[in-house]
Amino acid sequence: MTTFTPRPGAAPLPRMVLAQARMETRLLLRNGEQLLLAVVVPLIVLVGGITAARHFDLSFSHSAVDTLTPGVLALAVMSTSFTSLAIATGFERRYGVLKRLGSSPLPRSGLLAGKVGALLVVELLQAVLICAAAVVLHWSPTLTVPGVLGALVTALLGTAAFASLGLFVAGALRAEATLAAANLIYLLLLAGGAVVFPADSYGRASGVLSWLPSAALGSGLRTALIEGAFPGAPLLVLVAWTVVGTALTARTFRWE
Amino acid sequence: MTYGATSAVDGLSLTVERAAVTAVLGPNGAGKTTTLETCEGYRRPQSGTVRVLGLDPQAQRRDLLPRIGVMLQNGGAWSGVRAEEMLRHIASLHAHPLPVPMLVERLGLGSCGRTPYRRLSGGQQQRLALAMAVVGRPELLFVDEPTAGMDPQARRTTWELLEELRRDGVTIVLTTHYMDEAERLADQVHVIDHGRLIASGSPFELTRGTGSSTIRLVVTEPFPASAPADLQVTLGPGTDVRAVSEHSLLITGPADASTLAKVSAWCDANGVLPESLTLGQRTLEDVFLQLTGRELVP
Repeated sequence: MTTFTPRPGAAPLPRMVLAQARMETRLLLRNGEQLLLAVVVPLIVLVGGITAARHFDLSFSHSAVDTLTPGVLALAVMSTSFTSLAIATGFERRYGVLKRLGSSPLPRSGLLAGKVGALLVVELLQAVLICAAAVVLHWSPTLTVPGVLGALVTALLGTAAFASLGLFVAGALRAEATLAAANLIYLLLLAGGAVVFPADSYGRASGVLSWLPSAALGSGLRTALIEGAFPGAPLLVLVAWTVVGTALTARTFRWE
Repeated sequence: MTYGATSAVDGLSLTVERAAVTAVLGPNGAGKTTTLETCEGYRRPQSGTVRVLGLDPQAQRRDLLPRIGVMLQNGGAWSGVRAEEMLRHIASLHAHPLPVPMLVERLGLGSCGRTPYRRLSGGQQQRLALAMAVVGRPELLFVDEPTAGMDPQARRTTWELLEELRRDGVTIVLTTHYMDEAERLADQVHVIDHGRLIASGSPFELTRGTGSSTIRLVVTEPFPASAPADLQVTLGPGTDVRAVSEHSLLITGPADASTLAKVSAWCDANGVLPESLTLGQRTLEDVFLQLTGRELVP
């Protein structure tokens, strides 16, 4: 047989998805700014929040670290599934990566599955680091079966909601605009999106805020890890945002 | 294919032979890339039909894509990915990929295998794009301007690889605006301009046409506008006179003593001072000029 004799064929779908997920994970982890956003910012918020609680004598019904850690985990999910994903996808459009992969055997559903796989791996790493830091700071979550299950479901639905919104931003705007918008929205939600602090600590705005995906993600994780209960309403809010984000993305996403 | 009000490719009809190299030749903006991207399933034609390996590139995309290799004109890799890592990734999407180290070596990418894509030179990016197109062992390969911006060494390497692919039975469709590339590689050339097919044939058939010799006349002062027609009358049938620029004419036909004598007599009679009078074999470049009245690479 000669060197280049045609022997075409697609790899089996699971192998393609795994390859794509590994590639995307490597690229996400290689990106220094994204790591800063993904791990360093949540850790600063955690340590900063506990220090502030001590200094300003803020009182929570539970210890500061118990109250803040679920929200910090929510922040980590947001940074990866929304900001990192949007920026990475925006530049993939710009550099013709999506176009190139569009003519490879990998179907679009496989590309999406690969992206989600990469997000989940990175989020797991973030969770391990943040939980380890929290434990060092005397975190004692209420660990019950419905609570742990609830936390996992909340994180998955939060990932789905924010990923669909991130892809919407990346598919509609230019790469640079995506970079700016994704970071700005993340900062705004960090400050005023009821992620780390519960919505009711925002006073009169709390009713409106609890409809935000950030508040739903934070409150779902707080219900699960502070009270050890399976969250209800926040999950419905996250499902609704996933539906909205997916519909918007499906309508507007441009591959080039 | 139209973009807004602009018609990029219009009423284009061409077929490609298996296990041969087909070149789509034309100047920038002729519709070459649009034609290729319609075959690759990137664009849906507003009218007409496209069949690639007997498949509809839109409706049967999933069946078609594993069988074709696509080299895009630019981009196609993450900015932070290493050259060899990118190639490995594309290879992993295929069932029977070529050995990556062999391709890396053949295309001279060994020295930059660990370099991030954004720091590769233009020529290295082109060679990587070609490697990505062939690594899946396609039966049909689309290459868009494969050697644009390459140095001569890289061009030769690329040409040798394409020739070997053809020998091993790969069907190749390439676009180019380099005549020498089409003449060297192609079994069949389709010349397109403004989205329309203006000539088809083997390089030999196309260059033979009205005779295989050319005379290029370059003069010191601009010609009067009537000069080409005037010289055509003087030389009579069997020759073809085209203005290349206001200083240069291309005469196609028998480059024999009688034609040369008529040309110099005409120069003398019209007070034209020849700067050079060059005899040559007719090239695809001349064909293009004759067909369109314009030079391919201005």
